[in-house]
Amino acid sequence: MRRYFGRKLSIYGLTFFVAVTVNWMIPRFMPGDPIESMVARLTMRPETVEPMREYFERFFGYDVPLWKQYLNFWGALLQGDLGTSVWLFPRPVTSVIMGSLPYTLGLLLPAILLSWWAGNKFGAIAARNRWLDNTFLPVGYLLTATPYMWLALVLAFLLAWQFDLFPLAGAYSVTLRPNWSWTFVWDLLRHWFLPFATLFIVAFGGWAIGMRNMIIYELEADYSRYLESLGAPRRLIRRYSFRNALLPQITGLALQLGAVVAGALVTEIVFSYPGLGWVTLKAVENLDFYLLQGVFLFIVAGVLVANFLIDVVYVLVDPRTRLGMQGRAA
Amino acid sequence: MTLQRWRGFAATLGLVIVLVACSGGAGTGTEPADTEGTTPPAAEDTSTPPDTEAPADEASAEPAPVTEYDRATTLITSGKQWGPPSNWNPIFSDYVTGTLGLLYETLFLYDPLADEYIPWLAESGEWISDDVYEVRLRDGITWTDGEALTSEDVVTTFELIRFPATRFSGVWAENGGSLESVEAVDDLTVQFTFTDPLHQQWGERLYDVAIVPAHLWGDRTEDEVAAGANENPVGSGPYMYESHDETRMVWVKNPNWWATEHLGLEVAPERIVDLVNSTNNVALGQVLAGEIDLNNNFLPGVERLIEGGYGLHTYFSEPPYMLPANTTWLVLNTTRPPMDDPAFRQALAHSIDRDRIVNGVYNQLVEAADPTGLLPIWEEYIDQEVVAELGFTYDPDRARQILADAGYADTDGDGFVETPDGEPIQLTLMVPNGWTDWMEAIRVVSENAQAVGINLVPDFPAAETLFELRNTGDYDMVLNNDRQMGSTPWLYFDYVFQLPIHDVQLSGNFGRYENEEAWQLVQQFDRTPRDDTDALMDLASQIQRIQLEELPVIPLWYNGLWSQMNSTYWTNWPSAEGDNHYLPTTWNNYWNMTAVLMLTELEPASQE
Repeated sequence: MRRYFGRKLSIYGLTFFVAVTVNWMIPRFMPGDPIESMVARLTMRPETVEPMREYFERFFGYDVPLWKQYLNFWGALLQGDLGTSVWLFPRPVTSVIMGSLPYTLGLLLPAILLSWWAGNKFGAIAARNRWLDNTFLPVGYLLTATPYMWLALVLAFLLAWQFDLFPLAGAYSVTLRPNWSWTFVWDLLRHWFLPFATLFIVAFGGWAIGMRNMIIYELEADYSRYLESLGAPRRLIRRYSFRNALLPQITGLALQLGAVVAGALVTEIVFSYPGLGWVTLKAVENLDFYLLQGVFLFIVAGVLVANFLIDVVYVLVDPRTRLGMQGRAA
Repeated sequence: MTLQRWRGFAATLGLVIVLVACSGGAGTGTEPADTEGTTPPAAEDTSTPPDTEAPADEASAEPAPVTEYDRATTLITSGKQWGPPSNWNPIFSDYVTGTLGLLYETLFLYDPLADEYIPWLAESGEWISDDVYEVRLRDGITWTDGEALTSEDVVTTFELIRFPATRFSGVWAENGGSLESVEAVDDLTVQFTFTDPLHQQWGERLYDVAIVPAHLWGDRTEDEVAAGANENPVGSGPYMYESHDETRMVWVKNPNWWATEHLGLEVAPERIVDLVNSTNNVALGQVLAGEIDLNNNFLPGVERLIEGGYGLHTYFSEPPYMLPANTTWLVLNTTRPPMDDPAFRQALAHSIDRDRIVNGVYNQLVEAADPTGLLPIWEEYIDQEVVAELGFTYDPDRARQILADAGYADTDGDGFVETPDGEPIQLTLMVPNGWTDWMEAIRVVSENAQAVGINLVPDFPAAETLFELRNTGDYDMVLNNDRQMGSTPWLYFDYVFQLPIHDVQLSGNFGRYENEEAWQLVQQFDRTPRDDTDALMDLASQIQRIQLEELPVIPLWYNGLWSQMNSTYWTNWPSAEGDNHYLPTTWNNYWNMTAVLMLTELEPASQE
C-alpha cells in the first residue's frame, strides 16, 4: 500500500514540477511584453517612459538573470506568492484567483459529482429498459457531443431571454449586496443554475451512455451467463455487473476532469460568471502572464489532487487492486 | 418489476433535485464570504457589515447594513471597468472609475463643450507673473475624515507626483516639464513657479491632477505612490467608497460635500453601482431592460435600437447620436518606403471614401473627421483657408494623378503600382482582431486603396501583438485613436509631431515622422498662454499647413463618446436639446470634464 501511494505521489510530484517549470517558461518566451503594455497605459510624456519601465521591471523582478528569476519564482511560490497581476495591478495574483475560485468550484464540484452519479444511475436503468434505451440513446449521444458554448447559448436564449425564468448573466443581482438572507441566497442560486445546468447536461449524457454500454457488455460476460445458468436472481446479476461497470467510469472521471474544467471556462464566459474561466480570458487578452501562470498552476494542482483522490477511491472500491498490492507487498 | 424500477428511478431523480439544491446552497452560498474575505477593503468577517470598514465619518454610523439597494435612488452604470476593481490610486492610471472625480477632486473642472474652466477645489487661479501661477483654494472644504483641505494638501500632491515612475511626473522641470517649485503662501494660497512655463500642458494638469490628503499621503514611499492600490481611500468629493467585489464598485453619497454649501450643487443618486463589463449582448440587454441606467460601451448596432422605440436616450436625438470623443487616425510608418513619400500619403488619403465608412460600417453613428483631425470642440483653431487649399477629399482620380505625377506606375502589369524605382509595393493595414467595426472599416480602406492601384491588404493580429509591432515601428499602417479630447488642440499636435523618436514609441507619433520645424511650432504652441489667442491661432495655422502638406497621419472619423442612457429610473439626462450639456460618461478623466455635474442634474423618474 505504501509503495503504491509512494509511487503515485512521486509521479504527481514530478508532474507538478514539470508543469510549474513549463508554466514559468511559456510567458517568458511568448511574444509581447507585459511591462511595456503596462507602461503604455500609464505614460503621458515620452520623458517618463524610461523611468517607469525601469521601475516596473524592478518591481516585477525582471532586472535579474533568467536563472535567478526562475529560482525566485520557486522561492515565492513555496511561500504562496504568485506575484502581482498586471491587468489588475497592484492586486496579488492569489487574491484575484481566490476571488474567483469559489464561483468556479461552486459550478464544477456539483456539476462533476452529480452528473457522474446521476449519469451512471440513469445509464444503468436505461440499459435494462428497451423503451427508455431507444429514446435515450440518441439523445444521450447528442448531449455528450454538444459543445459547452453552444448549449450555454441555447439555454441562455431559451430560459433566460425567451421565457425569462433565469437571469442572463452575472453572479447575483445588481441591487443586492452579499449577505446571508434568503433573498440573496435565492438570487445567487438563480444566477448559478444555468451555468451549472450547462455543465451538468453535457457531462450527464456522456456518463449515461458510458454506463449503458458497460452494463450491456457486463451482462453478456461469462460470469453473468454462468450466474444465470446457476439460476441466480436477475437482480443479483445486475448488481454485480453494475459494480464491474463502475470501475472504468471511475477511471473516466479522472480523464474527464480536464475537459470539464475547460468546459467551465467557456461556460463562465458565456454567462459572464466571474469565475476562473472569465479571469483566464481576461488574463490572455491583457497579456497578464503572472495571472495566467497562477491560474494554470491552480488548475494543474487541482487536477492532480483530484486524480490522486480518484486513485485512493479506486483502491477502496476495487478489491483486486487492494489484493494485488497486498500480494506484492507480501 | 418494471414498476419497482421506475419507482427507484423516480426516487433517484428526487434525490438529485434535493442534492442539487443542497450542494448549490452550500457550494455557492459561501461565495460572497470568500470573495469579500480576499478583498481587503471589504469586511474580513462576514457578520460585520462592510459599511463599518468604509472611510470613517458621520455617514458610516448607519445602524443596519444595507443588503439591498433602493433602485430608485441608485444609479447603475457600466462601460469603464474591464476587470474587478483593484485600484483607487489617482496617481496611477487604471483606477476604478470615479476615483478621480467622484472621490478625489481637482483644482478645476474643464468643460470641453463650452471651453471653460470651472473653479472647483480652487476658488480662482491666475498667472501673477510670467512664471508664477497662483491658486486660491475655497475656504471650508473638508476631507471625508473631517480634516480640512488646505494648501498643504496641494503642495504634498505635487511633490508626490514628482516620483519619475508616476504618471504626471512630466510636469516637473527635471522630468522634461517646466514646474520648478510649489509653495504654500498661506493656508489657502499655493504658488507654482515655472521656468518657461508649458502653458497648454499646465492647463491639462489643472483639471486632471487629483488632490490627495497630505495627512494620509505625506509619508508614503515611492512604492506606495507609484504602485499602491490605495485601499480605503479618503477623498473630498461627492461620493465615498462603500464596497466592491469581483463584479462591481459601489460608491455612496457624501452627505457633507462642500459644493452643496459653496455652489448649491447636490448629486442626485444615493449610490452609484458601476458594473464590470460583460459581453456586448449582455450589456445591451441590460440597458434595454433598464437594469443599467448609463452604459458607455460601443454596442454594435445600437443605432437601430435608438430609433426603434426601446426608450434609449442618446446625447443627440439624431445621427451621429454620440458626442465625438477622439479621432481615429490612419497611422503610416513614415520610416518605410513608400510611406516616407508625402505624395504617396496624399494619394492614399484621396483614395479613401470616408463616407462609406461612416454610412456603411457605422450607420452614421460617427462622423467623418476634419482633414486636420482636430475635434469639433477645437473648431476655432482650424484654419479653414488652409484646409480649403490643402485639405484632402475623396477623389480617386486625383489619387491616381498624384501617384502618376510622383512616378508611381504599374510597370509589371499586375494592376498595382510600383515605386518610382520599380520596386513592387505590398502593404498591410492592421487593426486588432475582434474590434469588429475597425475590421470592417479597414476592409473599406483597403478596397479603396486597391481601386487606385495601391496594393494594400487588411490584417487582424491579436491586440497585444499589434501594439508591440506598432510601438517598435515594425509595421506598414495601423489605425489608432489613443488621444482623447481635452483642453487644448496641443494634445493632437503633440500626438502627430512629438519628437524625439525613441526605440519604443508609447505616447504618440507612432508613424515616427520627423519634422523639426513642425515640432518647434508645437512646442511654441505649448509655451503660449491660453489667453494669447492670436498667437495660438497663428501657430495652429502654421502647424496645420505643414500637417496637411505632409500628411504624416490621415484622420478618418471621430470615435463617439459612446453613451446609452435609459430613463426608467433617472431622467433629465445630458442632451443637446435641454440645459444639461454635461458629458454623459463614466470613463476615466471625464468625471472632471463635467460628467460629475451630470449627477447634479439627474432627477429620479416618478415611479407609479
